[in-house]
Amino acid sequence: MNATTTDFWATPGGWVLLTVGQVLAVTIWVLLSLAFLLLADRKIWAGVQMRKGPNVVGPFGLLQSFADFIKFVLKEVVIPAGADKAVFLLAPLISFVLAFGAWAVIPLAPGWVVADINVGILYLFAISSLGVYGIIMGGWASNSKYPFLGSLRSAAQMVSYEVSIGFVIITVILLAGSMNLGTIVEKQAGGFWNWNVLGGGGGLPGLVGALVMIPMTVIFFISALAETNRPPFDLPEAESELVAGYQVEYSSTPYLLFMIGEYSNIVLMCAMITVLFFGGWHAPFPTDFTSAWSPTAASFFHFMWFFGKVIFFFFMFAMVKAIVPRYRYDQLMRLGWKVFLPASLVAVCVMAGWLVYGRGPIG
Amino acid sequence: MALQAIAFYVMAAVTVIAGFCVVSARNPVHSVLWLILTFFSAAGLFVLMGAEFLAMLLVVVYVGAVAVLFLFVVMMLDVDFAALRQGFAQYMPLGLLIAVFLAAEMVLVASTVATKGAAAHNDTPMASGFGMDAPNAEAIGRVLYTDYVYFFQASGLVLLVAMIGAIVLTLRHKPGVRRQVVMDQVLRSPKTGMKIANPKPGEGIGE
Amino acid sequence: MISADLAHAYPELILAIGALALLVAGAFAPKQTTLVGGGAVVLLLVAAFAAATQPLGVAFSGALVTDAAAAFSKVAIYLASAVAIPLGQPWFERRGVKTFEFPVLIVLAALGMGMMASSGDLISLYVGVELHSLALYVLAAMHRDNAKASEAGLKYFVLGALSSGLLLYGSSLIYGFAGSTLYSDIAVAAGQQANTGLLFGLIFVICGLAFKVSAAPFHMWTPDVYEGAPTPVVAFFAAAPKLAAMVLFARVLGDAFPAAAGQWQQVLVVIALASVAVGAFAGLVQSNLKRLWAYSSIANVGYAVLGLASGTSEGVQAMLMFMVLYMIDVTGFFACLTALSRQGRSMETIEDMAGLIKERPALALAMTVFALSALGLPPFSGFWAKFYVFKAALDAGLWGPAVIGLVGSVVAAFYYLRLIKAMWFDSSAGATDRPPVEAKTVAVGLALFAFPLVLVALTWLDPAVAKAAHAFGLA
Repeated sequence: MNATTTDFWATPGGWVLLTVGQVLAVTIWVLLSLAFLLLADRKIWAGVQMRKGPNVVGPFGLLQSFADFIKFVLKEVVIPAGADKAVFLLAPLISFVLAFGAWAVIPLAPGWVVADINVGILYLFAISSLGVYGIIMGGWASNSKYPFLGSLRSAAQMVSYEVSIGFVIITVILLAGSMNLGTIVEKQAGGFWNWNVLGGGGGLPGLVGALVMIPMTVIFFISALAETNRPPFDLPEAESELVAGYQVEYSSTPYLLFMIGEYSNIVLMCAMITVLFFGGWHAPFPTDFTSAWSPTAASFFHFMWFFGKVIFFFFMFAMVKAIVPRYRYDQLMRLGWKVFLPASLVAVCVMAGWLVYGRGPIG
Repeated sequence: MALQAIAFYVMAAVTVIAGFCVVSARNPVHSVLWLILTFFSAAGLFVLMGAEFLAMLLVVVYVGAVAVLFLFVVMMLDVDFAALRQGFAQYMPLGLLIAVFLAAEMVLVASTVATKGAAAHNDTPMASGFGMDAPNAEAIGRVLYTDYVYFFQASGLVLLVAMIGAIVLTLRHKPGVRRQVVMDQVLRSPKTGMKIANPKPGEGIGE
Repeated sequence: MISADLAHAYPELILAIGALALLVAGAFAPKQTTLVGGGAVVLLLVAAFAAATQPLGVAFSGALVTDAAAAFSKVAIYLASAVAIPLGQPWFERRGVKTFEFPVLIVLAALGMGMMASSGDLISLYVGVELHSLALYVLAAMHRDNAKASEAGLKYFVLGALSSGLLLYGSSLIYGFAGSTLYSDIAVAAGQQANTGLLFGLIFVICGLAFKVSAAPFHMWTPDVYEGAPTPVVAFFAAAPKLAAMVLFARVLGDAFPAAAGQWQQVLVVIALASVAVGAFAGLVQSNLKRLWAYSSIANVGYAVLGLASGTSEGVQAMLMFMVLYMIDVTGFFACLTALSRQGRSMETIEDMAGLIKERPALALAMTVFALSALGLPPFSGFWAKFYVFKAALDAGLWGPAVIGLVGSVVAAFYYLRLIKAMWFDSSAGATDRPPVEAKTVAVGLALFAFPLVLVALTWLDPAVAKAAHAFGLA
């Protein structure tokens, strides 16, 4: 993160150490947040249903996730007799590693990013498109019907919604004129009226872009639900039809890895929504006053905004899970291919036309 | 830089070994998984060459979409592995011959290029960024929509034809199937969807 | 810069945008197949006009060449494609395949063939080849409830994909050695030093293209595909794609490898003679007319390749003339087959044609004309086609190959005469159905061209072809 550039850090050894340190810092932060977000998810769900939710382990059940963690790790790993052992164990690992690998390019605050690469947004897209492998491999390797059906459903679902996510991302790339996530965030500086969801700046006429970008944000949010197999699109693990989909045969740590991977992906999607549409780490008002602060304090201030937004979107995810009934499979496919895909395709054309003939590029 | 060299050798080795495993794996699903690893490490090599845009496209398109469908099909195929490998020994010599032939030609091309025996313009445009000081996504965009626009559009038409073909050859509208028309369902009002009847006892509605 | 380039691409633009428009129209009004078909014909005619009147030159950094040869072959290709639509669409509709995609695919195939004819770069070569062949695979399998048609489509696809692979591999070798995909740059590189690698690449490309024109020894797919595919579709892909591929052949050899003429001439002579021999001898044992004509087309492609093998401008001229006249012949013949049926069953064997002259005199006469023309009897069009080829071969000193070609032509005469004998002298095999108007019109019209009109047409075809042939980089 905020590296002090001394000679040691410039040497290969120092560079490796620094990178490992950054990776660890982000991973631990994500894991810790997940522990509480998981609890929050269950609490919100419970609250909507007028239950109390977990409330035994620790004050208000705050330590519930840690207790669950210990429980999972200590249980026996059961591998079905007919399973393809190597693939069976590889699948949760892939899910887990990919879910955390994606965090490398997310800008958490000014200068706080593990890998500031030019094609960051494509990297995110690529990683999220790989996520399907963990599921499909797990389902196949279990050598059992329900997991296999669940994984097939999931693969089809994720591939379908990736297409519309891709097009929505293109509208954002067009707005920002860059595929670097840091640059995309920078361009949304100066207040909430400059956020991409409202057309990405350009004064009052720039707000016309909001006509396209608000629907795109909604499409992205819904596609993100489908991409992470969250309700109402949790067909791959629809317990009433498929028991638990691709996870049926998993237990203990492999199951834990799947679950953490899944939740990490959900938080990642929240972070993506934040970065792409809601100004990333920018506060919703001009923050010129932070220039007088020390860089660390300013970064921390911005980081809090980022974190707050992520938590807000996670709350939205949790509410959707609690409120909306599950889709039928054909309805899901119809929504993806016949509604979102054409809509986002049109949006790309309209956005490109607006940028060239209307607003003109900024900066 | 030493790190780059290490990364190159590791990824190149993985690419070659995984490529070998694609053909030697006993289970077709494993073959596809190895193929995915091959693509993935090839993408890593692209990154090392500074072509990060192409690397990401390789992952998104081949690994994320094409290979998934591949895996889909292979998983659902009911293949008899023994029968699949029956002709292996028989075709082995021919296959090896072709492999040697191709390898020899590759060496031939590589050596010609290395010794600058080939004609003048063989500076790779990618490495020099097409003479532009731009990130390579931008550089590719600039030539793709100017010098190569003809090929670009024509390739689009090729894909369009493939799509038309798939639809023409497979789409069947079976008569007598009741399809869900979402618009009709949404537009249904109480007036059209409901009928209030007042049947007398023992008569029923009479329909 | 782009707008100047676009002026050279008007025919392509018209076809591409038109095809998209037709597709959208068809998607929203799937019942209006006739309207889409009519639109496609109009599009092709307009494109042909645009091709005939477009400015000459190169566009898109050399990728698109619009010289006299491109203009000439594009006009021929577009017109041949336009004929295929009225021939094919009613045929499909009579068999319950009422799809608006048929004309759209023909338009896209024509677009691909046009791109082949005016390619100036290995990439446009490949993209053009792929565009037209993908459309043809689909067309071959379009009568999808018919097992034979599906088989034909699949075979065509698998072998076509293989040949595309050869083409690509050869192209990549050429690119590797020449350092460019542009024909003009390759010509420079090939001229500098005799390079084995380049020749390797060239051989692969020649093999790939030989597949596409169905020249021996890459002809295996032809009889099966011709037999299985719907007759009007065969009428289409026995004609225009062959011309496009032959022009492409001439472009690669003439524009990119004039320096290696000595080498490729030998290869082409072998291919030509093998094709003539296979076509003549294997055709003798066929009774199915579609298979028979497949072998006939292999032999005829052999003659066209022989023209090209002369390696002179005169040879290219002969090849172009041969292909255009052959196109008319073969389209006409398959139009006759399309028109003929007995109790709803297509007539496809020689026995089916017995006594046709009493049943359907007009069609029988037309078929006789086409058979005599394919045989090469003066003064039918086929004679003039072969006359140009042999003259070019003899002028280039290819005495041996020319003699062998003549012998093949004499052998092949047997099966053409067998067909004529069956039609004129055998007793009738029963009443035939009333032929559909459009197929009959096409057949009779083309037959009229093949005999008396050709004599008039030659007076303006000859200079046009000569002008086109001079556009290539051969002496």
